[in-house]
Amino acid sequence: MSEIAERKLVRGYPKLLLRFPTGIILCPGCQHGVAIRLLCEAIEELGIQGRAVGVSGIGCHAIATTLAQVEWVGGAHGRAGDMATAIKRVSRGKLIVFTWQGDGDALAIGTESTIQSAARGERITVIMINNGNFGTTGGQMAPTTLLGQKTTTTPRGREAKTEGYPFYAPEYMAVMKGVAYTARGALNTPANCLRAKEYIKRALKKQIDDVGFSYVEILSACPPDWHLTPLECQERIAKEVIPAFPLGEFKNVDQLE
Amino acid sequence: MSEKLFVIGNEAVGWGALMADCDAFFGYPITPQNETIEWFAREYPKRGKVFFQTTSETSSINMVYGAAACGVRVMTSTSGPGWGLMQETMSHLVNAQLPAVIVLVQRGGPGQGTTRQAQTDYFSATRGGGQGGYKTIVLCPASVQETHDLVQLAFFLADKYRNPVIILTDAVIGLTTEAIEAKEIDFGPLPPKDWAVRGLENQPDGRARFITSSHGLDPRIYPNYLALLTHLKEKYHRIEEAEVRYETHQVEDAELTLVAYGYPAGVCRQALEMARDEGLRVGLVRLITAWPFPYQVIREKAQKGGKFLVVEDSLGQMVEDVKLAAEGRSEIHFLGVFARHSPAEMGLIFPERVVEEIRRILHE
Repeated sequence: MSEIAERKLVRGYPKLLLRFPTGIILCPGCQHGVAIRLLCEAIEELGIQGRAVGVSGIGCHAIATTLAQVEWVGGAHGRAGDMATAIKRVSRGKLIVFTWQGDGDALAIGTESTIQSAARGERITVIMINNGNFGTTGGQMAPTTLLGQKTTTTPRGREAKTEGYPFYAPEYMAVMKGVAYTARGALNTPANCLRAKEYIKRALKKQIDDVGFSYVEILSACPPDWHLTPLECQERIAKEVIPAFPLGEFKNVDQLE
Repeated sequence: MSEKLFVIGNEAVGWGALMADCDAFFGYPITPQNETIEWFAREYPKRGKVFFQTTSETSSINMVYGAAACGVRVMTSTSGPGWGLMQETMSHLVNAQLPAVIVLVQRGGPGQGTTRQAQTDYFSATRGGGQGGYKTIVLCPASVQETHDLVQLAFFLADKYRNPVIILTDAVIGLTTEAIEAKEIDFGPLPPKDWAVRGLENQPDGRARFITSSHGLDPRIYPNYLALLTHLKEKYHRIEEAEVRYETHQVEDAELTLVAYGYPAGVCRQALEMARDEGLRVGLVRLITAWPFPYQVIREKAQKGGKFLVVEDSLGQMVEDVKLAAEGRSEIHFLGVFARHSPAEMGLIFPERVVEEIRRILHE
C-alpha cells in the first residue's frame, strides 16, 4: 500500500482539454485530438489560458476545436488569419490570438489571409494541421497533397505538370521579413509529439514577446481518406510524408530585421 | 458633443461612426467611397481607435467579423465589386449573429461597370446577396446629414438585433458637400454584449465564450437546423414589425405617388414641387429602410386607386417591391436609368425629366 501512496503524478490530463465522453465526432486514428491536447498543454505551460483566443475556419479542424476549453471564434472558410488580425488589433494586443486550421483552409482558399498576415508581421500564431488532403469533404487534393499521391480528384496521382507542386508554407514564410518563427512537426512518434508541442510553445512565445508572426505546421493522419489503417498511416507519414515535408524549424529570430 | 461641419457624404459616414463610438474600421480602396477609408486613416489612429487597410474586401469583411466577435462596434465601406466579394461573410455574420455596419456606396454594374452614381445593388442588399437566404436591415440616406444620422442608427440596430446592417447610399450622396451637425444621437438602452469573446480572464462568470457561423450544424446553441431558422424567422418578424421607416410628402390627396430612395429621392422632391405648381396632384414616398420595406403605406394608397411612379437609377429593382406592395391593384410606372440626361457614366435623372413623365401619366 505504501508503494501506491508514494506514486507521483508525472503527467496529468490538461485542464483545458474536454474530458471524455465529449460528443465530438472524429474518425478513428485521426490526430486532431492529439494535436489539440498538445495545444492545451502548451497554453497551460505558458500560463496564457486567460487571454488565449483561438480562431478556426471550416474543416475537420473546426470540429476538434471544441475539445479545447479556451475562447474560440469560427467563421468563413480560409479567413482565420483575417479574423485573428482583427481580434488582436481591437484587443490592443492584450489577447494571445492563434488560428487552428487545416491545409485546405490555410493554404488553398485562405492563402491571401494566411500569407498576407505573415508578410506584414501580424502578431498572431497560425497553427496548421496538414493531413495532405481535404478530409471533411472526402479526400480531395489539397495544396499539400504529395506528388504521386492519389486522391479522389487526382485519381492517377498528383502530377506537377497538371496539378502543380505542393505548398511548403514554413519554408516560404521563412524568407518573409514579418515572420519570427516557422516550424514543421509531426505526431507519428512520442518524440515527435513532444517536439511538435515545443514548436507550438515557441511560436506562441514569439507572439507573447511581440516579436512577429509565427507559424507551425503539424503533419497528421487521415485514415479514412488515405484508405489506410491508423497504424499504416503512421508508417506512411514516416516513409513518404516526412521525407517530402522535412521536420524542424525554418526560422527562429528574437527580433525582426 | 456637437460640431458644425462642411463635409461630403463619404466623410459624414466617418463622423457618424465616431459619434456612435465605433471602435474599428477595416477597408479597401474602391471608387466612389475612397474618401471614407481616407477619413478613417486620418481621424481614427490619432483617437486611439483601430484603422486598417486590408488586402481585399474579402479580408475587410472577415476582419469586421473578427472584431465584431469581440463585442466592439466595427464597420467597413465599399462599392459594387467589393460588395460582391463580401457576400459570403455577410451570410456568416448573420448565422453567427454578429452586429456590424457595412456602407455600400452604389456604383453602376454589372461587373466592373462604372465608378459613378447608380442604384444597381438594391437586390443584393435587400435580398441577402450571399448564400443561404437571410435578411439584413438596409438604411437609405438621401442627404449628407442623414448619412451621418443613419450610420449611428445602423450601429444601434445592429446591436439591438445582433445582425449586420447595411447603409445603402450612392455616389451622388457620397460626393455631395453639405453643412451638417455632427452629434451623438441617443437611441436608448441596449442589452450587454455578454456573448462576446474577451479572453477567459475577462469573463465575469469564468465561462469560455465561442462565436461560430455553423449554427444549424453545431448543436451547442440551436439543437438543430430548424431551431436556428425558427430563431431567424422570429428575429426578421420583429424587425418587420418595429423598424419600417419612410417619409411621405403630400400623399394624402395625390393621384400619383412617386417612390424613390437615395439621390433620386431629392430629385423627386423637386419634381413634386414643380408638378404641384402646375396643379398636378403628386405625392412622394421616400424609403428610409429598403428592408424592411414600407409595404403597408404603398398598399393602402394602391387600395384607394392611386397610381405610382417609381424613380430609380437602374434597370428596375426597387420597383419590384412596389409591385409586391400594390398587389396588382394599381398602375405602377417606372422611370429608370434610360431617363438619364446623358448615356455616359455621369448621366443623372433630373427633376424636369420626372415632371415630364408625371405629365405623361396624368394626362394620358
